[in-house]
Amino acid sequence: RAMVFVLSEAGKPIYSRYGNEEALSSTMGVMMALVSFIQSGDNAIRSIYSDDRKLVFVQQGPLVLVSVSRTLQSEQQLRQELLYVYYQILSMLTQVSITRIFERKKNYDLRRLLAGSEKILDRLLNLVESDPGFLLGAVRCLPLPASQRDALGALLQKAITPNLVFSILVAQSQLVTAVQERAVIEECRLEPTDLHLLLNLIGASSAFQAGEIWTPICLPRFNPDGYFYAYISYLDAECTVCLVLLSTDKESFYAVSDCKKRVEEAMRTQGSLQVLSGGLQSPSYSVGQVGVPGYPGELPPAAPVHQRQLSSSPSPELEGPYCSEEEQQRLFDLYHYLHSRIHSTSRPLRLIYHVAEKETLLAWVTSKFELYTCFSPLVTKAGAINVLTKLLRWIKKEEDRLFIRYPPKYSTTPNPGKGTKGGRPDGAENGFFAGL
Amino acid sequence: MDRSLSSLPPPRRKAMLKKNMASRRTPQQEAGSSTEQTYVYKVVLLGTTAVGKSSLAFRYVKNDFRESMPTVGCSFFTQLVCLETTTMKLEIWDTAGQEKYQSVCHLYYRGANAALLVYDITQKATFARAKLWLRELEREFLHDEIVIVLVGNKTDLAAQREVPLEEAEEFAKSKSLIFMETSAKSNHRVTEVFMAVACELLKRERQKEPTHQPQPWKKSCVDLQEPSNPAKRCCRS
Ligand SMILES: Nc1nc2c(ncn2[C@@H]2O[C@H](COP(=O)(O)OP(=O)(O)OP(=O)(O)O)[C@@H](O)[C@H]2O)c(=O)[nH]1
Ligand SMILES: [Mg+2]
Repeated sequence: RAMVFVLSEAGKPIYSRYGNEEALSSTMGVMMALVSFIQSGDNAIRSIYSDDRKLVFVQQGPLVLVSVSRTLQSEQQLRQELLYVYYQILSMLTQVSITRIFERKKNYDLRRLLAGSEKILDRLLNLVESDPGFLLGAVRCLPLPASQRDALGALLQKAITPNLVFSILVAQSQLVTAVQERAVIEECRLEPTDLHLLLNLIGASSAFQAGEIWTPICLPRFNPDGYFYAYISYLDAECTVCLVLLSTDKESFYAVSDCKKRVEEAMRTQGSLQVLSGGLQSPSYSVGQVGVPGYPGELPPAAPVHQRQLSSSPSPELEGPYCSEEEQQRLFDLYHYLHSRIHSTSRPLRLIYHVAEKETLLAWVTSKFELYTCFSPLVTKAGAINVLTKLLRWIKKEEDRLFIRYPPKYSTTPNPGKGTKGGRPDGAENGFFAGL
Repeated sequence: MDRSLSSLPPPRRKAMLKKNMASRRTPQQEAGSSTEQTYVYKVVLLGTTAVGKSSLAFRYVKNDFRESMPTVGCSFFTQLVCLETTTMKLEIWDTAGQEKYQSVCHLYYRGANAALLVYDITQKATFARAKLWLRELEREFLHDEIVIVLVGNKTDLAAQREVPLEEAEEFAKSKSLIFMETSAKSNHRVTEVFMAVACELLKRERQKEPTHQPQPWKKSCVDLQEPSNPAKRCCRS
């Protein structure tokens, strides 16, 4: 797996994956030399290739992120991975405050502020490397009959209070539904990246399992400089179903907590918790369900990001030869490789038919979906296409259950257009909200 | 948490502006019973990370101890306390001690009626930090506006003690704080801390509203003299 380091411009270690920074001080020494080298002159180094390794550098403001990798991941993907790490740091501190800190003191030790956050970054990197959602820029959603998902959405739509902008229901890190304030304009929908960061933050700590949490949080893709105030509370004793309410008003804890009570109440009368636990227990979907005699291990399409819908990607249960962790990882590495080929900046592709050692892979990107599949090594091209067609037909039929296609909305500002500064993230002059 | 809480009507929160701060201590009529009053108090836990604030809150509310992770932002709990004839609802704000949250802490302690300044008796630096918290609270609150308790946690680790009992006691006395040593792990005096807070809050409430306290008693006197109307007798069951 890739080694990842975060350093300050002054060369101070901030984070290192695998082991503490002190123990890695010799590596850090080399890093620091490289970092100063990167910064000298306008020609910043972006990557270094050696026989068996890639070194990729990303500089973001006063932070330098480095990845050292031996895997099949492309430079582009490693860069993306580093950006995720950067964004996760922003989600806790915001960009302005990091900039301000280093302006004031160039050799500030940012670990003081990130103490205890290593777990969050470790977990993020593990997810990036194993959750296809990160690869596809989509959030995994819990398969649920459309009527039930709609009912839950409607329920969130009713439990609102001024300055609430996002209501998100999650079951074991899978998105159930997400409702957003109508005034949030098109370009600034809840980004899958932000949702990934938020869910990772919640999943990384058991601290969310006691009491009701009220905490500032930054969604860096939405606005890297502003804080939302997040209300986070599990709705069941087993801590599987989690409600996240994001408000722009730091004083609104009681009002938002009251929304949760209403959600809880309505879910109780509708028996929603049982519905969700049912959804969690049934496997996301299996190749058998699709009714194709194919090879297990398909990654199904993600709803396209450019449609600006909250995209979501279910994944089938991996079966057969892909039950072991190593084999799954190997498969993901192959998917990563296909992804990098498809999205190559110099020579992007729409379709790849790749015959590997132990399997045959097929990746396909259209304006509507992105699909990665894996077949037995003995499959013929015609056979693979035939299976794909069946798979796509099945997905089309099940679309409403597998994907969140039209996230519902609500309006919490009673008088949109009448310039109160209501719906603005704290400390942000971003103008992201329409009509405010 | 008390199940009956969810059936309470949404509390009416009368904002009383004091020194620009909204104080939310508001007596409420509880649904069903006409005479009983519920006071709502905001109690905030402050202190360095890992001194055991969340463990204390968890011990008090759930009577349990488990390995906990650093709090993110703030955790909110409620607990009902019955003292004599009064029901009090303590709203416990368990703040995060990590440095990255320092800039938002004022958000959590604003309008608090009581503060627990928690330190770890095995870490001298955490005691110093508790003193700094005290200074900050003294700047933000009037003396009689907030009940402050100094809490030395982790007495089960007495062998590693760095903060002598006498020193903390002495300090608390000089600042007229309530002082107690606790262990969330071995359940030593945790409930006592919160009960001390509740008692002090109630005491101050009664000093402030001298008419309030004798009321039930006066009423029962009247009732006794009016045998024709026994239903009105003040009887708390
Ligand atoms: N031995 C002992 N350990 C304790 C006691 N109370 C808490 N701890 C341990 O101290 C560590 C920190 O406890 P927390 O309750 O999470 O500390 P906190 O003050 O809430 O920390 P932040 O949320 O980061 O501010 C945990 O490992 C607890 O198990 C105690 O009374 N005795
Ligand atoms: Mg805590």
